[in-house]
Amino acid sequence: MNGLDLVHQQYKKEKVPLFNAGDAVRVHVKVVEGGRERIQVFEGAVVRRRGSGLNETFTVRKVSDGVGVERTFLLHSPRVEKIEVVRQGEVRRARLYYLRERVGKAARVREKKRSVEPEK
Amino acid sequence: MAVKAILGRKIGMSQIFTEEGIAVPVTVIEAGPCPVVQVKTPERDGYSAVQIGYGELPEGKVNRPLRGHFRRSGVAPQRYLREVRVEGDNLPAVGEEIRVDVFSEGETVDVIGTSKGKGFAGVVKRYGFNRGPMSHGSMYHRRVGSLGATDPQRVFKGRRMPGRMGHERVTILNLRVMKVDPERNLLLVRGSVPGPNGSLVYVRKSVRARK
Repeated sequence: MNGLDLVHQQYKKEKVPLFNAGDAVRVHVKVVEGGRERIQVFEGAVVRRRGSGLNETFTVRKVSDGVGVERTFLLHSPRVEKIEVVRQGEVRRARLYYLRERVGKAARVREKKRSVEPEK
Repeated sequence: MAVKAILGRKIGMSQIFTEEGIAVPVTVIEAGPCPVVQVKTPERDGYSAVQIGYGELPEGKVNRPLRGHFRRSGVAPQRYLREVRVEGDNLPAVGEEIRVDVFSEGETVDVIGTSKGKGFAGVVKRYGFNRGPMSHGSMYHRRVGSLGATDPQRVFKGRRMPGRMGHERVTILNLRVMKVDPERNLLLVRGSVPGPNGSLVYVRKSVRARK
């Protein structure tokens, strides 16, 4: 094991739930507001996961007041408190950028007909 | 004054998280332990310095003059030897090891390495000259352009022209030490460091610390 892996080990989260593009997730994010810390929840569909190891990120898209909002999180950031998988989606590609051009009913992701897999 | 410099190998870049959750780009350096191979004193050598070594080297790869040098100091052969100027009296003894714990978190250091070689590079890459238009029949894309006026009837010395680029000594000043791991001889500095992964780097206490 080289030095880089050793460093990664110390900063990586031990437990990250299994999720993929298309899944509906609730991301609990720590937000610092005027010296106070609180948890904010960002709920939406995962449109992409990229990177590997400590550098892995994922992007969640939701439609808020008719405006599409995408937020990218660092998977191993201590600010990402918790990731809940609400629903698994059935999709045929890894990057769901096509959702950006769609609105309303067309922007839905089909649900996967399978039970939720255990956590990694 | 204790020796505040060490030799090491660039492992690679990554990012770590601070307590506030901010991702910080870091370069991982495997540094030391560096045994002191020779101590130079003003009486004998005219100046005071410490010669430190780094890296394993099989006995058979050492040439005869160096073999004698190592035998005299009683230190196992080292692949790299570098000298560090040290002022003051309490110089370390020969054979003593310099480890990463001479640095601490939050300190600033300078890192010296050999930059990646770029080969024979044109003037656009090497000196950042502007290139010509790529289309509309310009036929003038990445050329050097004018070499000067016609009056001197020669090209002045120092004219920037194509040539070898990179693979030269580069010093990066004032990098912050993000983490020190004395057990694994690892040093994490903020930002990038010259050279390819696996190359030799020299880390010293910053000489022009910002205050």
